Amino acid sequence: MGILEVKNINKRFGGLQALGDVNLDVQEGSCHAIIGPNGAGKSTLLNVLVGKLIPDTGTVMFENKPVLGRKPHEINQMGISRVFQTPEIFGDLTVMENMVIPILARRDGSFALHAISQLRNEKSLNEEAEQMLAEVNMLEKRNMQASSLSRGDKRRLEMAMCLVQQPRLLLLDEPTAGMARADTNNTIDLLKEIKEKRNITMAIIEHDMHVVFSLADRITVLAQGTPLVEDTPENIKGHPKVREAYLGEAQV
Amino acid sequence: MFGLNAKDARLYIIVLALLLFAPFLLNPFPEGSGLAQFNAGYPDMMQRLVIFGLFAVGFNILFGLTGYLSFGHAAFLGVGSYAGVWMFKLLTMNVIPALIISTLVAGLFSLLIGYISLRRSGIYFSILTLAFAQMCYSLAYSVLTPITGGETGLQLSLDDPRILGVQQTAQGNIPVPNLFGLPMNAATTLDVGAWSFTFSVGYYFAAFVFACAFYFTIRLFRSPFGLMLRAVKSNQSRMSYTGLNARPYTLAAFVISGMFAGLAGGLLVSMDPLAGAERMLWTASGEVVLMTILGGVGTLIGPILGAGVITYLEAIVSTINSTVLHNWFEALPDGLENFLVNIIYPFVGSGWHLTLGLVFVIVVCFLPGGIVEGGKRIGGLFTRKNKSSDSVKADSAAQPGPGE
Repeated sequence: MGILEVKNINKRFGGLQALGDVNLDVQEGSCHAIIGPNGAGKSTLLNVLVGKLIPDTGTVMFENKPVLGRKPHEINQMGISRVFQTPEIFGDLTVMENMVIPILARRDGSFALHAISQLRNEKSLNEEAEQMLAEVNMLEKRNMQASSLSRGDKRRLEMAMCLVQQPRLLLLDEPTAGMARADTNNTIDLLKEIKEKRNITMAIIEHDMHVVFSLADRITVLAQGTPLVEDTPENIKGHPKVREAYLGEAQV
Repeated sequence: MFGLNAKDARLYIIVLALLLFAPFLLNPFPEGSGLAQFNAGYPDMMQRLVIFGLFAVGFNILFGLTGYLSFGHAAFLGVGSYAGVWMFKLLTMNVIPALIISTLVAGLFSLLIGYISLRRSGIYFSILTLAFAQMCYSLAYSVLTPITGGETGLQLSLDDPRILGVQQTAQGNIPVPNLFGLPMNAATTLDVGAWSFTFSVGYYFAAFVFACAFYFTIRLFRSPFGLMLRAVKSNQSRMSYTGLNARPYTLAAFVISGMFAGLAGGLLVSMDPLAGAERMLWTASGEVVLMTILGGVGTLIGPILGAGVITYLEAIVSTINSTVLHNWFEALPDGLENFLVNIIYPFVGSGWHLTLGLVFVIVVCFLPGGIVEGGKRIGGLFTRKNKSSDSVKADSAAQPGPGE
């Protein structure tokens, strides 16, 4: 039994079958990669998991609780955090404020009317935020406005915001897209460290095979909305069907 | 100090001092001089400044922090006014129950209107609030005449029950609003040389209420709740993927700012116990938007400055008529005098809206952050040298919030 079980998900957009009978079983503590050519339905699947899209049929269970039908904030409160392809951060706020919000969300739930207590008196909260920022090497940028950060820093900030929530499942949508090789390697190291130290289950969508094979314990290959194969990285590399559908285009 | 950080405490003390010494500060010109009409230090004017400041500060909690532009906030001011007058009619002329009921009734109205309007955002939200406010206005003006007094407005009369107070004074007059027996219109005048300063109970009571509300606002800006409201403005999608439900946050902000408006409405009738439907008209809603933008959206002091400028312009510039203008330019040759009077005349008197419009256009074009940004730019010219040391000093980083 996996921590996340996706069964028979179907989603149509007009005449296009975006997802057809998708099944996915993510084991606790593993890193599960979802790969596939453009338009294979990877992002659609993530959108279903976080409650942004409602599928036509199917079930999604997280820790044996149903996910479908819940609002995005409720799904997050269940323990699922998501890193987006283009970083979604609070651009108008400082880096530190960006970190404080997820901690408050974890502590106080989806709504709390703390209108009189003062943020600066929340010692443990500020310390936790700083600690997390230090882990992603952004402590010296804590007073910067988030929108003025570089693209790589925005990603790291978003990742830190997700991690500080202590999620049990972290969804990553192309976390290294558009990054230079050195930044990509840093991200791989960071993700490896997260997996080992924090024991967070990860589901990752990625085009960069270097990233996929460095991180993944299991790989699901999607093509045209349907899962083609699910196997270990070693077996995927040599799988003829996969080569045909996807890896034929890329060099491994 | 006061549980605020040093910068906020300094701002609050400055505001308190301004409130306390307003009768002096707003009366800089000697009585009887040609400039005396620019004095704003008379009770009626000072009360309006403080009350509209309160209205704008509350509006800014919604608009400045969450970015939701309500175009119907005057409805809550009007509802608060009616509720206040009804308290005077039914219960007692003491202003405390009137203010409490004004605030609560406005809170209920804003809960209802906010609950529906906040299902949409952006322009649709603005239109919905505008529609609700116009509905309130039309109802108050026509169908609800038994409750609101319709065209004539809601007035006190000698045969109101006032079960906890007196129906009429010993002289057979309608009693005046009071604070435990201290009448709101009581005032003492202090004559110093050519100057004359008036200290009225009404003004200082309104200023006290304002000071309390402003203190609450500063605390709210620096609280976790205030941070969440700014998060709503910044990125609602990230907010929901962070496990936060934006709807109750925006609704709470809407209700709080509606209650501020109701409190302002209650204060208005505490100073002059008469409530009319025109207080809910869309122009009144638009005025508080102008005040907030003119002063500086999302800053603490901005709405106060904006409310001050607009209330002052409205009261002072609109009283300048052609006779006054001719008096000013008397010394000049006739042709030049008439020329100048003709140039200036459209901008003053009943044309004061033109002046307001020009000021607004200039501010929005050249100072998008309002008067506060102007002040910061001027301040920046003097303190540029110290800037590097300032940025290092900003330590406990969670709180550097918007504006000062």
